[in-house]
Amino acid sequence: MTTAISLQKVSRHFGAISAVDAIDLDIGRGEFFAMLGPSGSGKTTCLRLIAGFEQPTSGHIELFGETAEGVPPYRRNVNTVFQDYALFPHLNVADNVAYGLMVRGVPRPERRKRAEEALEMVKLPGYGERRPGQLSGGQRQRVALARALVNRPKALLLDEPLGALDLKLREQMQEELKTLQRTLGITFVFVTHDQGEALSMADRVAVFNDGRIMQVGTAEDIYERPASRFVADFVGSSNILPPEFVAHHGGPRQWASLRPEAIRIGRPKRGGAGEATVVSTSYQGAVSRVTLDAAGLRLIVTVPAGRPVPAIGEKVVVAFDRQHVHLMDGEA
Amino acid sequence: MRSERATPLGLKVAAGAGLAFLHLPILLIFVYAFTTEDKSYQWPPPGFTAQWLAVTWNRPDVWQALALSVKVAAISTAIALVLGTLCAAAVSQSRFFGRETISLLVILPIALPGIITGIALRSAFSIAEIPFSFWTIVLGHATFCVVVVYNNAVARFRRTSASLIEASFDLGADGFQTFRYVILPNLGTALLAGGMLAFALSFDEVIVTTFTAGQQQTLPIWMLEELVRPRQRPVTNVVAMVVVIVTLIPILAAFYITRDGDQIAGGGK
Repeated sequence: MTTAISLQKVSRHFGAISAVDAIDLDIGRGEFFAMLGPSGSGKTTCLRLIAGFEQPTSGHIELFGETAEGVPPYRRNVNTVFQDYALFPHLNVADNVAYGLMVRGVPRPERRKRAEEALEMVKLPGYGERRPGQLSGGQRQRVALARALVNRPKALLLDEPLGALDLKLREQMQEELKTLQRTLGITFVFVTHDQGEALSMADRVAVFNDGRIMQVGTAEDIYERPASRFVADFVGSSNILPPEFVAHHGGPRQWASLRPEAIRIGRPKRGGAGEATVVSTSYQGAVSRVTLDAAGLRLIVTVPAGRPVPAIGEKVVVAFDRQHVHLMDGEA
Repeated sequence: MRSERATPLGLKVAAGAGLAFLHLPILLIFVYAFTTEDKSYQWPPPGFTAQWLAVTWNRPDVWQALALSVKVAAISTAIALVLGTLCAAAVSQSRFFGRETISLLVILPIALPGIITGIALRSAFSIAEIPFSFWTIVLGHATFCVVVVYNNAVARFRRTSASLIEASFDLGADGFQTFRYVILPNLGTALLAGGMLAFALSFDEVIVTTFTAGQQQTLPIWMLEELVRPRQRPVTNVVAMVVVIVTLIPILAAFYITRDGDQIAGGGK
């Protein structure tokens, strides 16, 4: 993996608050990289540091092998798709898209041609004469995308690009962004607070919390082997097991995660007491999700279709293979 | 939904009376511009004549005063456009110590009674031993013209989303290009409106001018002097009529220009 963007011990403080705190991060060329975290976790500041809108308080940023120190945003080979799209209201769509070419002195005929090509790429051919105010949210998003890509950046930065779209449109745009990234082969860095979005779209994900990176890895890493309680909690869907529970089941006294599909449930042996009570069940097609209460610990279990689903209030026993228990960093 | 009930008669009469109270005196000025009586304001006018238009046209002192007023208003407006815009940009685009104080100090001249501004300027000029001239009038007028431009510009800056400027930088435009292609077009109508208001304010200003002018007479000062002399009184009315019409045009234009610029620039989703 050749490095596209490299952050070395980068911090950004705002007064007493450290929005980004000594982050080390390498993003590869042609990678689709997601920065995932709750709001205020530093992921957007991190993106703005790469774009050049913020300067690091300390640390070092390298873009494509060159230092980013003192390089203003307009001389960086990266472009941004803003959360509010930031289309220029006084320009029509074609002039918005061609803006980057215009300020670089590209002659008008070529500007026209490349803007139209970019609009075709985002499936808005012939929209050039319209005003941003006449477009829907999804269309504005596409114009913002075209306006960034027309400059042929080496990396595209996207700040919560799908946040303002409704669910159906968002899923469609996720697909299109992935296709676009694969066709262009450039680096996409994408900020989101939606774990589903991050895990389904990105090659690799960095999970942010409190200005630090909690874990970097593939979607599978993050999902199956969360490094800490925070990651397991934020990414969701895994069961988080407290140290006592793990110890009781023969493991070390440590926090651990356990995926719902790794747990088996069964009827208690005749005369034996159940360990857990069924709180709720929900049918989801291929599986049923069963929520259990095991002496105060909430466990999510998935039961494949065709297997018996216990009734609400029923006492059950739970079993799992020790190899599926994934140990995590202590108290985090 | 509009109310279906008819407006009560009493309300109609009250509204009409209010409007009449505000505007009849102005009409009266127009009427006196055509009276045949030139020593005093006599009602009803003994007769009507259009001769005062010609008389006014041929009076060199009117033309001098008018020329001075136009020059003062134009130059103060130009100064205000530059300083007001820069100040608005500083206050709304960056954070620095004393920002709130500066924004208050800039607005202060319009909140202060003109007489205070006038006295303050006059004493400042005499302490600094600056002789009263055309430029002292311009300086005096610029103090309140800046406020008008600043207020318009700062409101527009506030409504221009900050990410527009970042987007421009991001797309490769430097500071000057961003100002030229993004900030200025977004500010344009606000500056036009602010400039027109500033021009109108300067054009009919009396109080600050009396304190900052030397021998020169701006048009409003000239009118004040004329009222004291009972000679060719309707000439003053003719000039007043022209001033009303001339100042009304930019103010109406400013109103229509800013009325349509209400949507937030770049804030739509």
